[in-house]
Amino acid sequence: MASLKLSQIKKAYGSVEVLHGIDLDIRAGEFVVFVGPSGCGKSTLLRVIAGLEDITGGTLEIGDQVVNALTPKQRGIAMVFQSYALYPHMTVFQNMAFGLTLEKGTPTSEIDRRVKEAARILQIEPYLDRLPKALSGGQRQRVAIGRAITRDPQVFLFDEPLSNLDAALRVQTRIEIARLHEKMAGTTMIYVTHDQVEAMTLADRIVVLNKGHVEQVGAPMDLYNAPDNLFVAKFLGSPSMNILPATIERAGATTRVLPDGASAVDLPIATPHSIAGSPAHLGVRPEDLSLTDAPDAPFRGEVALTESLGEVTLIYVDIGRADEPFVAKLPGEVKIARGTHVALATKPQAMRLFDEAGQAIRLAMRRAA
Amino acid sequence: MPYVVKRTGFYALVAFIVLFSIFPFYYAILTSLKSGTALFQINYLPVDFSLGNYEGVLSNGVFPLNILNSVIVAVTVVAISLFLAVTAAYALSRINFVGRGLLLLTILAVSMFPQIAVLAGLFEMVRWAGLYNTLFSLVFAYMIFTLPFTVWVLTTFMRDLPVEIEEAAIVDGASPFTIVMRVFLPLMWPALVTTGLLAFIAAWNEFLFALTFVSNNSTRTVPVAIALLSGASEQEIPWGTIMAASVIVTVPLIVLVLIFQRKIISGLTAGGVKG
Repeated sequence: MASLKLSQIKKAYGSVEVLHGIDLDIRAGEFVVFVGPSGCGKSTLLRVIAGLEDITGGTLEIGDQVVNALTPKQRGIAMVFQSYALYPHMTVFQNMAFGLTLEKGTPTSEIDRRVKEAARILQIEPYLDRLPKALSGGQRQRVAIGRAITRDPQVFLFDEPLSNLDAALRVQTRIEIARLHEKMAGTTMIYVTHDQVEAMTLADRIVVLNKGHVEQVGAPMDLYNAPDNLFVAKFLGSPSMNILPATIERAGATTRVLPDGASAVDLPIATPHSIAGSPAHLGVRPEDLSLTDAPDAPFRGEVALTESLGEVTLIYVDIGRADEPFVAKLPGEVKIARGTHVALATKPQAMRLFDEAGQAIRLAMRRAA
Repeated sequence: MPYVVKRTGFYALVAFIVLFSIFPFYYAILTSLKSGTALFQINYLPVDFSLGNYEGVLSNGVFPLNILNSVIVAVTVVAISLFLAVTAAYALSRINFVGRGLLLLTILAVSMFPQIAVLAGLFEMVRWAGLYNTLFSLVFAYMIFTLPFTVWVLTTFMRDLPVEIEEAAIVDGASPFTIVMRVFLPLMWPALVTTGLLAFIAAWNEFLFALTFVSNNSTRTVPVAIALLSGASEQEIPWGTIMAASVIVTVPLIVLVLIFQRKIISGLTAGGVKG
């Protein structure tokens, strides 16, 4: 059981700063996922927490102890690496027992018991005498997880553990990790991924990182439903949220917005009159759109491309904006020829409004109030 | 060109290369088995089978001692070189410090000095340290050419070992020494065997330092001892004995190479291609 407290954590390589003061509280027993595009600093942040990278500035507390100067071992963390990082010359048993054998005074029977226990949880008992090269990728990753379990860590760190597995195995192992979190209730887990499906399904809370800053922290559905800014809005959800540059035509109890390439829409968002006339961004998730015959449908254009994925059909509509198409995700199989003129509509409450700088306008209101 | 001609040509070339490299040694064995005036007749097939030369060289007072000296020197050089090289390789491949590149280049540069250039200076150092006429002088001097290539090869090899494995060991609580000894060493056998053998051969065959730093017959190593073998008179060169001695000192190398053959081959490829 350990909570973590990150205060103004900074990391620089020479003069290049990659983490610009991260503040984060992680509760004991929580499953937190760091997510973000490549190069956002999520792996670096994990390695800073692990103690594999020095901290340039700020303090890191695990439990109630400042651990900036402690080794990974003293911090009580265990880590699962993307490339498994098993010791190739040791059997599965030796791999899992290595950390314990380094601790002076752990009796052999205790080591044996803990390795067997971890092997039972992960169902790798039949392979204990094998070398890693005789295992499949999924089995290797389970051994790596087992090695971490035997250490009985306070904090469990995962660095993109599923990236090297094929698609089917990835789903299966993801479910196993979720189960593991239930079994090891009380162990704090921090998980790094660039895969938003892993983030959405595993996390108690998601931390979205971008260019060394925290963009937003929150429960998966809160981030999906109420993104703080354009980055989070575009990062979660597949395909990404459609973002249209827009102008606020009328502010007040409801807000009338005129997006480029579409007709005006009324949003049930209260805004101060002062922002009337200012530029903004309107966001609509592809899955919130549906085909309509209504004459007042705001989004109209020719179908540029359709993609049938089986359970859904994606249609890319050219609404007169050259840079990016407008995407709609329609359930089931929808047959529409390229070039057909279509109209798309959505519920007003499903649309998101962001100011020119990309901050959610809902937030601007909250700050003002 | 017809297939048969190509094929025959290829094997003819192979046969020529094999003959070219084996013949000197074959002729040494042949000569070592001859006795008396047969030594001065040219035969390409064994005509005589006498172990007299072998008996002669082995019963010649100090020669067995010379072999022992060579073994002691070569084994010590290999052991110390590998220990220093493994620890140095860890620092040079895994720890970032100022001047690392310069240090590596210096190490490589040291191995480029011709022996004769450092001979006089080394001789002074050996005298100053009181090592003259001892085997330690040779152990010390041989490290000058074994350490640069062992350090260089092991550094390259260690740099290719996955960083994650080291980090996993750090997370498991291993100290740098434990990492080197219990995680890296077992993975480095091919490189250790290859560099160790090369160092052994270099130390085993070295002549110039061995001739200069040791003047005592019973402290000499084999290459010098063979060169200084003398016959009954000054005019006589004891070819038979020299050849017998040469065969005796070559055999350990061949045995070593055969034992470690597989390891050497995997060692040579292991550094080049990640696998």
